[in-house]
This record gives sequence, structure tokens and C-alpha cells, in this order.
Amino acid sequence: MHYKTIAELSLALQQREISSAELTRHMLQRIGRFDDRLNAFISVTEERALAQADEADRKIAAGDAGPLTGIPIAHKDIFCTQGVRTSCGSRMLENFISPYDASVVERLQQAGAVMLGKTNMDEFAMGSSNETSYYGPVRNPWDTETVPGGSSGGSAAAVAARLCAAATGTDTGGSIRQPAALSGVTGLKPTYGRCSRWGMVAFASSLDQAGPMTRSAEDAAIMLSAMAGFDERDSTSADRPVDDYVGALGNDIRGLRIGVVKEFMGDGLDAGVATSVQTALSEYERLGATLVEISLPNAGLSVPAYYVVAPAECSSNLARFDGVRYGHRCEDPKDLEDLYKRSRSEGFGAEVQRRIMIGTYALSAGYYDAYYLKAQKVRQLIADDFRRAFEQCDLIAGPTAPDTAFRLGAKADDPVAMYLSDIYTIAVNLAGLPGVSIPAPMSAGMPVGLQLIGNYFDEARLLNAAHRLQLATDWHRQNPGGF
Amino acid sequence: MQWETVIGLEIHTQLATKSKIFSGSSTAFGAEPNTQAALIDLGMPGVLPVLNRDAVRMAVRFGKAIDARVAERSVFARKNYFYPDLPKGYQISQYELPVVGEGSVEIVLDDGDVKTIGVTRAHLEEDAGKSLHEDFHGMTGIDLNRAGTPLLEIVSEPDMRSAKEAVAYAKKIHQIVTYIGICDGNMQEGSFRVDANVSIRPKGQAEFGTRAELKNINSFRFLEKAINFEIERQIEVIEDGGKVVQETRLYDAAKDETRSMRTKEEANDYRYFPDPDLLPLEIDEAFIADVMATMPELPDARLARFQSDYGLSTYDADVLTASRPLADYFEAVAEIGGDAKLAANWVMGELAAALNRDGIDIDASPVDAEAFGQLVARIHDNTISGKIGKEVFAAMWAGEGSADAVIAAKGLKQITDTGAIEALVDAVLAANPVQVENYRNADPAKQPKMIGFFVGQIMKQSQGKANPQQVNELLRKKLS
Repeated sequence: MHYKTIAELSLALQQREISSAELTRHMLQRIGRFDDRLNAFISVTEERALAQADEADRKIAAGDAGPLTGIPIAHKDIFCTQGVRTSCGSRMLENFISPYDASVVERLQQAGAVMLGKTNMDEFAMGSSNETSYYGPVRNPWDTETVPGGSSGGSAAAVAARLCAAATGTDTGGSIRQPAALSGVTGLKPTYGRCSRWGMVAFASSLDQAGPMTRSAEDAAIMLSAMAGFDERDSTSADRPVDDYVGALGNDIRGLRIGVVKEFMGDGLDAGVATSVQTALSEYERLGATLVEISLPNAGLSVPAYYVVAPAECSSNLARFDGVRYGHRCEDPKDLEDLYKRSRSEGFGAEVQRRIMIGTYALSAGYYDAYYLKAQKVRQLIADDFRRAFEQCDLIAGPTAPDTAFRLGAKADDPVAMYLSDIYTIAVNLAGLPGVSIPAPMSAGMPVGLQLIGNYFDEARLLNAAHRLQLATDWHRQNPGGF
Repeated sequence: MQWETVIGLEIHTQLATKSKIFSGSSTAFGAEPNTQAALIDLGMPGVLPVLNRDAVRMAVRFGKAIDARVAERSVFARKNYFYPDLPKGYQISQYELPVVGEGSVEIVLDDGDVKTIGVTRAHLEEDAGKSLHEDFHGMTGIDLNRAGTPLLEIVSEPDMRSAKEAVAYAKKIHQIVTYIGICDGNMQEGSFRVDANVSIRPKGQAEFGTRAELKNINSFRFLEKAINFEIERQIEVIEDGGKVVQETRLYDAAKDETRSMRTKEEANDYRYFPDPDLLPLEIDEAFIADVMATMPELPDARLARFQSDYGLSTYDADVLTASRPLADYFEAVAEIGGDAKLAANWVMGELAAALNRDGIDIDASPVDAEAFGQLVARIHDNTISGKIGKEVFAAMWAGEGSADAVIAAKGLKQITDTGAIEALVDAVLAANPVQVENYRNADPAKQPKMIGFFVGQIMKQSQGKANPQQVNELLRKKLS
């Protein structure tokens, strides 16, 4: 039953083949049995899950159920969950019990989804391998000696190993799409502003966006339908109607113009990944889409621009973790400065400290124009590149990540190499566009992600195209052995 | 050497919104610590600010009141620094693009000359909380009730040349913000806080000297004292061969001195950048028109109107328009009393004296404008004389009821019956034959003064109730 998608499980629940309580217990058992090998969960909320499952079963019995009613999911531990520890993968928030629910958590709960627990992640979402978590690295179910990608690595691994039907993630520079690619699942980063950021612990506010991680594009459409929408508590959330993502899945894609990014198919791309992506693109042609070569001439600037903008915003966003009101506080501070220094040095890991320092430097008097302001200009150039590209095509396609999953520790001491894991995903965040990673054919037994990028608020078309490929292939139906 | 002082002021006005600038928490003063601090005010992980429209409305209102440019597009920026009562580790403020641009106000100097003081800008920002150092035995308490209260920071040009000018400018801004209802103006509670940038330079020199910023000033009197102390200190430093350093200095009212708080070297690099959680603030014509529709009459316009409509002197009009509650009070009294000049004399005289004596604000006056207006009406219609009016007012102040009630209860109604007054006059003349004789034989130039004796006697007999004009008329007739 854990091999089923949300769409399939929903049908089984409606037809009373199974109850949500049974399904939830089954998933909890799987977590208990397999998570020692993966470390995908930081917290498992069994009691809450079973209570929600009972509630869902009552709704189903009353004929008051939606597509997510009774479906067991997990939340990345970056989303505030009332009464439950929200650690953000950090020692800083090891003891932080959130007094409120994030907007996305609230919406999924209202849709009837059951929360199994909170998934592991790179500390404060800063990382591409899930090795920066204070709670230990997450392992890739396809090969537990490799990383699942990051920062939403726990969510990716949990979905890949079928420990939950779906999970939420967040994506600032690729944190949904890259782990989705490395772990062989479907991961969607919506348009900036499509999902409310209320209650999502901020990393880089102008880039952060929540999205679903699922077994299929259809499931992503079901999840996004619940997650998306205007929220007056988030001034940057988009006040526009939510499209019918599920309804659009059936649309024909014949004549769809897919732009293939020239700059993403050259140097730095692993040969096996390139072949796999080409195979997926050929399949689109077979389905009636047209491939056009497009260029994003400024894409090469996206990693440096990102590593100014994101750390700058993070250096300010993480200032609130000061040991004063909540979170980690050092023992016996001798004065205020000591309280700040030790609480933050002890509470934050090396990568978080590195980015706070980079960001503080970039915003300093005398450097602001050369770094932050220039990076913002680069952002505009990148957005302009995409705007021109979308004059020639409806969707853009390419690899999600340059390589398949790498071994644990392989890049841990080389931050620049690690940062390049997101070379194909970052531009999408800088422009604020929606992007999805879906499984392409495996390369040497490891998953590969095909990235599709849509125009602003064009998630319906994006998911439609992803769904049509999944109808025609079984690449997304592959399962890692041993789980 | 002759020194010239250069002063610029930064005034933080707390805006009188019901809720905070980025959250729905109440802004009421004096609540139990941390009872008016919700998720956003506490800087919880994951919370986001949402701009309070009323705060923007008030900022625009101020901009229009000083004839400043209101920015079509302004930007909120983060000012980053660590302090325990600053929950997010940054203050949301405005930096490069403030909501209100250049404007100006006029102040009247001691010699009656008018001077224009430039306002550089005014921007919206959130207040911090409070650190409480008492009662915590070696620790510090944090109260975040005030965190997120909206402030409009009004920055002047360095246009003032003396402490007196600075005070006049600060009072002018105070008058404007309280008139247009965007600030309660309470300096003790910190609703209106003035920081002064003070420097000196040799008279005739074009460039400015190094400035010190004076903080912790909570009254106009202290503003004047703090600046004057600082001027003397700077002159002394320079004349002793030293240099003024750029620094922030705290004013200590108890010792009447300023002392160094931090120097420029210790100052924070605030690392301002646009707040990515908030969209740029866009203000269109319709919004401004809406604000203008509810703009109250400004003090300068009211001053002019009081002179033209009520025939008041510049001085009287200036006193009566000093604050909006006073001007409103006066206008109500003039309306009910039926005589604006009489109303002005009574408001500025008896009422002001009583308020002053008891230390009461006009809004809290035990005799409200309607009651006071009725008193003035009774004087105006000759029911009582001005002298009796004072007695009636004292009784009203003591809570003995309305003017009419006091007059009736005490039998203070003026005697205007000619027959009764004539009887009094005849009796007094009959009782004082010598004085009558003297009067009749006196130089006519001295007679008006001598008649006072008979008036006094008659008023004494009537216990002050006889109408003085009638008494005078009758006396002149009978003594001629």
C-alpha cells in the first residue's frame, strides 16, 4: 500500500479499502523500521498523527472528504507546527516548541492531511547534501553511502523510501528540486509568492518558497492545490486565484514548445546525467512537443549573485536567534556580549556561521554597492534572460543537478564544489519562476532529475507537462531496494 | 573668538494608531509587561510584518501639513543591530527612500521675526521594546509591549542657531503633530522624543564643526538646557586646544549635564538593506486625496482666522491656537458666550490661571467648554458683573454646578432695576454729605477719580451686585 500515490491512496480511502488510521499506523511502522538507516525524520508525531487520522476517518464516513483527507504526509522541520518542536535542523532551536502553525501546515491540515512528523534538513536550509543538520546527515535510500541532496533531504528521502505519501519542502536555491533529483522523486518549487511564507523559518526571504515533494506530478498538483493561495499575513504572497492544477493535468501537450537551455547542457554536466536528460527530452518530442534551443546568457552569474543575496538576507534573518527570548542560550553568560557570542557560536553550525559572515560582509558600509546592489542587478539580468526565452517557448527544460547523488563527505570540506550542486536551479529562484524536478531514466543505478521551468504562475502547465511524461513512462515508479 | 551654534533635530513621534505598525497588537501605554506583544512583536521564527495602513495615512498627513513632497514610492529597510529589546535583531525603518521628503515650518523668534526651518525628511519605522534594569537582581528584564509601535522620525536641516530656536522648532512640530491628531505629544511617556545634533563653528565659517548627538531629553525645558550645556562644553573643549569628537551623549537632567554614551568608532554599522518581507510602499493620488479630506485646520491657518474672524490680537490668537484642545475650547466658549473677545479674556485669564495653579490639562478641565461658555454668556448679557464672574467661576471650579445654578444659589444676580439702584445711590449720598460737598467744589478734572469713592460705597452696600454702569450714570446725574 505504501507504493501507492496520493491519488491512488485517496481512492482506496474513499472506497473504504483501508482506513486512514490503518494507513497512518502502517506509515508510522515503516518509519520505526527504516528510519534508523535514513535519519529522514527529526521528530515523529505519532499521537497527533493518529488523532488526525481518526478525524479524517470520521470525515470520510460523513462523505466530507477531499483528495488529501487521511493522507499521511511529513513536514520539513522548517515549518512551524504548534506544540511540536520546530528545530530547522539546528541546535539553536533544539528546544523550540512553536506556539503556532505555519500557513502551509494550516492549509494542509484543513485539507485533511495527517502529519506523521518533521523531516530532517540542512541547518536553516543551508546546504545541498543534508550534511549540515545538527541531527546528523540523511542518507539516500538508493545508496545509503550517498547523500539525498539538500536542504529538503529528509523530505526527499522519506518520500523516496515510501515512509510518507508526500512531504513539504522549501526551495531557496534548489532545496526542493535538487534533493528530488538525487532521490528520485517529484519536487515542485512554485512561483515566488504562490505559497505563503508565514510560519516558514526564513533563510533568504526574497527567494524562499514552499512546495510539495511527491511520488508523481499528479500528487504535486493535489498538494499544491491545498498549499497555494493568498495569505494576508505574508505581504509578498500573490493575491491572485489558484488555478485548477489537477484539472489541467489532462491537457494535451502536442505543440508545446520546450526550450532547452544551451548553457545547461555543456561543461560541468555528468555524461550519464546528460544522456538521461536527452532521453527524457526525446520522449517529449515523441509526445508531440517541439524542442527549441534557448540561451540564458547570464545564467553563469547566478551562483555568485545568489551567494551574495542569500547570505545577506540570512545574516539579517538569523539575527533574531540571540539567546534572549527562545532557542539556545549559553550557560552562565558573563555579560550581554558573551551571551550573544557564545549562544550563537554554540547554536549555529559551521555552514550557517559561514553564510552569516559572508552576508554581514556583503552588507557592510563600503561594500554594499559592490556586492548586494550589483547582485540585485544581476538578478534583473537573469529575469530578463528568462523573459526573452519565454518569447520562444512555453516551458524550459534541462538537468536539475549536474551529477547524481555524491558520497557522504565528498564535498563537505569544499563549500564551492557544494554550491555548484545548485548551478541549474538557482537562476529560477533569482527570477522567482516555478520549476519542477521529475525523475528521468536512472544513470548507473542512481536517480536523475529533469528540471522543467515555467513562466510566472504557470504551475498548471508545468505540472501538466510533467504528468504527461509520467503517463508515458515509468521512471517515476522506480523504487529503491530494501525499503 | 565668536562662536556660532548649529543645531539640527531628530524628532521621534509615536503615531496614535490603535495597533502596531506591523502587527495587530494594541499600542496602549502602561499595560503589564509583555501582554501587548504577539508572535510578530516577539520576533518568533517564521513571522512576517504586514504594514498598518493607518500609520501610512498619518505619515502622509504630516507630509501634507508641512507642505512636503510625499513619495509615490518609498521603501522599508532593515537597520541591523543587536540589542535585547530589539526582538528581530533589526529595526524596520526607511533609509534611502522615505515616505515624506523635503518640507519646512516657520518659527517666530523672540524679536518677532519669522524664520523658516527646513525638514529634510520624515520616515516610518517601528519602535523597540524596553530594557528594565531594576528589580531583576543582576539581570535585565525585557518588556516588548512597545516593540513595533509606529514612529514617524522627523529630521530637520541644521538650520537652528540657538537653543531657543531649537525649542521653538520642536514646539512647532509638537503643535503640528498634535493638531493633525497623529501623536498625543506626551513627552513624559516618550510619545514625542527629541534628539539634538549640536556643533559649533567660528562665526563666519561656512563648514560645520564636528557634532555631538544629544539623547534622553524629555521636555522642552531640558532641550534648552541640554543644548546650552553642550554649547558651553564644546567651546571649552576647543578653547582649551582640544577637539570635539563625533559621539552620542546622554543628557542627565538631575545633574544638568551631557555625558558620552558612545563614540563614532563604537557606533554600529547598521548594514541597511531593503526589507525583502515588505513590498515598496506605493502612494497614489487617491490615497492622498483621501487623507486631505480629513485634514484638520492647521495651526497657522487657525491663527490667521482667529484674528480676522474674532478680531483678536496676534498675541491672543497665538496663545489660543497654541494647542488644538485649547483652540477648540476657546471656539466653543466664544460660540456659547456670544462675545469672542470676552471669551478670549476669560479663557486666557481665569481659566488658564486655574489650570496652571492645579496643573491640569485643558482636556481634563473640571469646567468644560460648554459650562465655561455659559459663564461668559452671563457676563456678556449683564446677569453678573465680571467681578462676580470670578466668584461664580471659583464655585464652578469647586464643583458647585453650572454658572446659572451658582448665581441662583448664591443670589449673585446683578441688580439692574433702576429704582433699586437709585435707592442705594440716594442712601450713600445722604450718608456722606461732606464728600458730596467736596466733590461739587472740586476741579472737574479731578471729579472722575473722586466719584470712585461713591461707587465703592454703593458696590459694598449691594455686595457687588449693582450694575456698575448704571451706578456710574446715576451718580454723575445726581452729583451734577
